[in-house]
Amino acid sequence: MIAIAIQFASACFGIGLLLNLWVMARTGTPGDKVLALDTMVINAIALMVLYGLSHGTAVYFEAVIIIAMFGFVSTVAYARFKLRGNIIE
Amino acid sequence: MSLFLIASLPFLGAIFPALLIRAGRNASAASAGMVTLTALIGLLTNAPAVLRGEVVVARIDWMPGLGLNANFFLDGLGLLFAGLILGIGLLIILYARFYLSRKDPMGQFYTYLLLFQGAMVGIVLSDNILLLLIFWELTSLSSFLLIGFWKHLPEGRQGARMALLVTGSGGLAMIGGMLIIGNIVGSYDLTVILQHKELIQASPLYLPALLLILAGCFTKSAQFPFHFWLPHAMAAPTPVSAYLHSATMVKAGLFLMARMWPVLAGTDAWFYIVATTGLVTMVLGAVIALFKDDLKALLAYSTVSQLGLITMLLGFGTKAAATAAVFHIINHATFKCALFMSAGIIDHSAHTRDIKRLGGLIHLMPLTFTIVLVAALSMAGIPPFNGFLSKEMMLEETLSAVWQGSPYLVAALAVFGALFSVAYSFRYIGHVFLGKRRSDYPGEPHDPGPGLWLAPVFLTFLVVVIGLFPNAVVGPLVQVASGAVIGDGQPVVFYAKLWHGFIPALYMSVVAVVGGFVLLLMQRRLAPLWDAAPRPEAKVIFDALVGGFTSLSRRLSEALHDGALSRYAAIFMVFTLALAAYAYGTGAKGAPNREMLDLTIMPVIGWICLTGATVCVVAFHRNRFLALVLIGVVGLIIALAFNYLSAPDLALTQISVEVVTIILLLLALNFMPKNTPQESSTGRKLRDATLSIGAGLGAGGLIYALMGREFSQPSISEFHLENSYSGGGGTNVVNVILVDFRGFDTFGEIIVLGIAAIVIFAITEAVLASNVRGRLLNREPDMAQAGNPHPLMMVVATRVMMPIALMVAAYIFFRGHNAPGGGFIAGLIAAIAVVMQYMASGYEWAADRQRVYYHGIIGSGVLIAALTGMGSWFAGLPFLTSSFGYITIWPLEKFEWATAALFDLGVFLAVLGAVMLALESLARFAWQPGMDSEHPMEINPARDDADNHEKQEA
Repeated sequence: MIAIAIQFASACFGIGLLLNLWVMARTGTPGDKVLALDTMVINAIALMVLYGLSHGTAVYFEAVIIIAMFGFVSTVAYARFKLRGNIIE
Repeated sequence: MSLFLIASLPFLGAIFPALLIRAGRNASAASAGMVTLTALIGLLTNAPAVLRGEVVVARIDWMPGLGLNANFFLDGLGLLFAGLILGIGLLIILYARFYLSRKDPMGQFYTYLLLFQGAMVGIVLSDNILLLLIFWELTSLSSFLLIGFWKHLPEGRQGARMALLVTGSGGLAMIGGMLIIGNIVGSYDLTVILQHKELIQASPLYLPALLLILAGCFTKSAQFPFHFWLPHAMAAPTPVSAYLHSATMVKAGLFLMARMWPVLAGTDAWFYIVATTGLVTMVLGAVIALFKDDLKALLAYSTVSQLGLITMLLGFGTKAAATAAVFHIINHATFKCALFMSAGIIDHSAHTRDIKRLGGLIHLMPLTFTIVLVAALSMAGIPPFNGFLSKEMMLEETLSAVWQGSPYLVAALAVFGALFSVAYSFRYIGHVFLGKRRSDYPGEPHDPGPGLWLAPVFLTFLVVVIGLFPNAVVGPLVQVASGAVIGDGQPVVFYAKLWHGFIPALYMSVVAVVGGFVLLLMQRRLAPLWDAAPRPEAKVIFDALVGGFTSLSRRLSEALHDGALSRYAAIFMVFTLALAAYAYGTGAKGAPNREMLDLTIMPVIGWICLTGATVCVVAFHRNRFLALVLIGVVGLIIALAFNYLSAPDLALTQISVEVVTIILLLLALNFMPKNTPQESSTGRKLRDATLSIGAGLGAGGLIYALMGREFSQPSISEFHLENSYSGGGGTNVVNVILVDFRGFDTFGEIIVLGIAAIVIFAITEAVLASNVRGRLLNREPDMAQAGNPHPLMMVVATRVMMPIALMVAAYIFFRGHNAPGGGFIAGLIAAIAVVMQYMASGYEWAADRQRVYYHGIIGSGVLIAALTGMGSWFAGLPFLTSSFGYITIWPLEKFEWATAALFDLGVFLAVLGAVMLALESLARFAWQPGMDSEHPMEINPARDDADNHEKQEA
């Protein structure tokens, strides 16, 4: 049962990645694209956790922690750049 | 004293004069003198054994796999040369102390001199030809520094360049010759090579090896047609000329010919090449010397001539000639050094070296006159001085030399050369000192103080004593030295005397002296004829040649390296593709022997994302910001792929590097145009597209071909997996490779990383100290600014996260040895934790609270890593041998300790410091002090009250 659930969830997040990529490729404001990247980071976190679950191992967990902790730093940096032009003032 | 110490003392001691110059010029000179004296005494402690006929050796296997061993040996020849180098070096140090003026950087001078001295001593003591070659190149380099010591003079710089180019390219040829010899014999040890005369001379490669080695010797010893660099090297300060051209640099070529004499000499090729070159050089040098008006130029060409004489003697290939050559090396060193020093004295007080402006100095400089008289008469070959003895030996040897069937040709030419050398020696005495006292000297000629005359007087004393008692003073030395040159184990009989009876050599001497005197009388009338005669000017030819090569290489390098990255990349790709196509067409490749994996949905999605993002980068590359966002996507997918392919370490690294890179690029983008302008033509775009598609297909095809097949030989991964725990004490193989298997690499890399960061800092400092600073401060933002510089949410979030992030860094660090993580990743995480504060709270706020300089963090990281590595020395193990064990500290469970963790701490600190220093430096460009509130987002009513209070009072 859990195997099916994991596969279903992985497929969903995978489709999420592709949809975000679609946003990237389409014309839109830079803000949209930064948001798409941020969402991709979230999807990637989910995929890694699911992959770890399906293999019954915790080694991928640290990578997940670090992405979760720092994924937003890039987003913030992009956003600051768009707003202020300078990311360290 | 050990030979190692003798050879390394000048190098070790070279630091002292440079440091002690702060304590004055006397201290600097004294330290150089003490170093040389110590080495000389060390050499003399070995002298009794050598004079008994023993050979002193010191051996260390340095890189035995390459045949490169740090072996030194001291035989008679080595003793003679090392004695000359160190002994005359001591006199030069004394002389230079009083010769150089206050304006000259004396500390630098002595440092260069000691480096040069060390290189020379290294040449004459080396027992390994590879080691000898290293010292040989070192003499070229250090003599370049010495000749060009007066950097402000164009002649000095040009002379130094010429000397470096000529002797350096000769050295290059010699490397080839020596490698051939080493290959023939199968050993690079000189003592072994010297025992294989038949083997070497029978080899078909004997002639190429001989030519290459002689090219090195002839360029170094200024033999025709390479003699032209020596007179130009006279632009150096006189002590340098005296040292380089009497006892050391130019004698290195002679030394090597003498050293290789036992195995190379005795063939027709040797005789015709070496003896002929020597003879031509001797005659030509002597003729030119007579017509030079500059005292130092006269001495320079006379040196060329005398070196030719010695080369010719070595070229004869007979034992008696070799003995005469050794004897003349000693004599030439004594009188020529004294003559150079006296030329310096005259230049110093008369302020000119032009013979035409001198004359009659005997009345003003009696002491200098005495020195010159003795030394020049010795150079002319007048009894009872030492030059007479060796010159007569030389003339006697020429009588037995047969050149292409003509028995007296060599002798006649030798007399002709000797005649000219008598003339130029007499000219030095006659035209400079004799005659009427003049009133138009540029300076006020006078005898110098003892500092300047002590050294030449000592040398002229030697000239006289060796002339009168040759057998007692230098007999034993000449015997062992020529024994070493000849190298057949038979004792050499050396017996020199002033009076041999009426032998042919005496008549030849008399002809030379009388003829030389007559020639001198005619010199003033001959000089205009000589000047009018057309002859090739070496410097012009040399400059034209060098200029031609320079413009050729400039054209080549400007075609390949025009500063545009796209051109380098294009050339690189075309070349690689061509190589790959060649390899594919000619090499053999087996059928794929690995099974393909099943295609599942996840990799397909990843692949679509990766290629999709890449295509988007190409499509949107003109918008640089968008390109950066898309690169973020690529990085993210790659991290996912690393994870999927079971490389969590790489995923961790990828994620942290990604964040730092994006911040770095955004910092830079702040100062750059936000859009890339359209510049390329359609044709160019088409070409570039073809190239990049070719490169992509090539790389993809290569990977596809590689992954489908097993390795053709066992991969090193097996070794790493097997030994990771047993040898390195860690179960995380990636980390054990970093800190243990390849610890030395990592050590080098953290140093490079630190250097790179410090260079970024230094460039920032330099830019901000220039007038660019003003433009940066007054810069108008090129896009509209919105929002708050320090948003409340962000400040709070980053401050709350800081301790958590640091804890994660600590966690990743500590578990790194056994699970994914380690110092490198932990360092990046900590750096991101800190840089978040810079981004949220501003540069000023963060920098104020950063109390430890990043330089210090980098330095301590490198030091900790180094000390950890050195720790293994105390256990008698090589650098960076790691060790581990288990301890239990109550109330914790049993845990493992490993020295590798300490090394990893060094990596952590170096990475943290380097990343932060680089980011902080870049951030400083945009920082506009005072634009910012001093307390971003810090609500402190007490301070606000105080501020308001201050305002009200004002």
